[in-house]
Amino acid sequence: MSHGHDHDHDHDHDHGHHHPEPLTRAEARARAIESLLVEKGILTTAAVDAQVAAYEQDIGPLKGARVVARAWVDPAFKARLLADATHAIEEIGLEPSANQLVAVENTPDVHNLVVCTLCSCYPWAVLGLPPTWYKSFAYRSRAVVEPRTVLSEFGLALDDSVEVRVWDSSAEVRYLVVPERPPGTGSLSEDELAALVSRDAMIGVARAKAPAAVA
Amino acid sequence: MSVRDLESLPRKNGELVFEALWEGRAFGMTVALSEGGVYAWDDFRTRLVAEIDSADRVGAESSYYERWLAAFEGLLTARGLIGDEELEVRAAEYLSGEREDEHAHDH
Repeated sequence: MSHGHDHDHDHDHDHGHHHPEPLTRAEARARAIESLLVEKGILTTAAVDAQVAAYEQDIGPLKGARVVARAWVDPAFKARLLADATHAIEEIGLEPSANQLVAVENTPDVHNLVVCTLCSCYPWAVLGLPPTWYKSFAYRSRAVVEPRTVLSEFGLALDDSVEVRVWDSSAEVRYLVVPERPPGTGSLSEDELAALVSRDAMIGVARAKAPAAVA
Repeated sequence: MSVRDLESLPRKNGELVFEALWEGRAFGMTVALSEGGVYAWDDFRTRLVAEIDSADRVGAESSYYERWLAAFEGLLTARGLIGDEELEVRAAEYLSGEREDEHAHDH
């Protein structure tokens, strides 16, 4: 494929080759918006870069996993987390949640499941950005109506005796599920425990992993 | 397992945070302006909910971030931060290749 580098550019960049493919409509509009906002002094490119980098590199489910692991090993922390998760997460060095954060605990009798029926509200501070399925029409529309069926499709079969509680997120309130601590993990360190806690377990569509599954 | 090992675990459970660069830019702009106090987050969320609802109703194939971008555009133009016409002109310039960014988002 030729990139046509044999003619003169009047706007040479250091890295300057032309985009071999035309932009999509959305890409063109996003660039148009950013360039206009920057020209008007409303926004800086660096501010956008910082947000993108934070969510691509720093803010992800590992933070939530550390919260859950601490709750498993420290009953007093767990009590504070369940009472006021928004601030309790600061104890392990996380930024306080911008929205109210509510931690809900799975027990042998209660299973919690999180959804945002209207859009994609999600506990960014502890889980980063939501997976694609969380934003899908199917999940948003079915999680409240038939949670047991949805959970079984995720491979999570619950006994009929277990009560399922579905939490619908909003602009103001975000939810974090504290899954049950797997059996046989009494000797594991906090870091080892955190490795058992998947993103899906903290949304409520999976259990925490068994130690052997991690190795 | 050391903390270093733990820190190197996949953060996103194998899923890309943004599937295209423009999705990250759209997300980053929306959050940055909210954090800068240009609008309240809920002002954006209300528009996002409306975009998603109207797209769901007609079974539109638009992606999540296309709906996000539409909501963001609507908020910016409603607040007079960007004019409809200048946005259309600028987007057309990017689409035609007449305008290119000095800095490269796609490198």
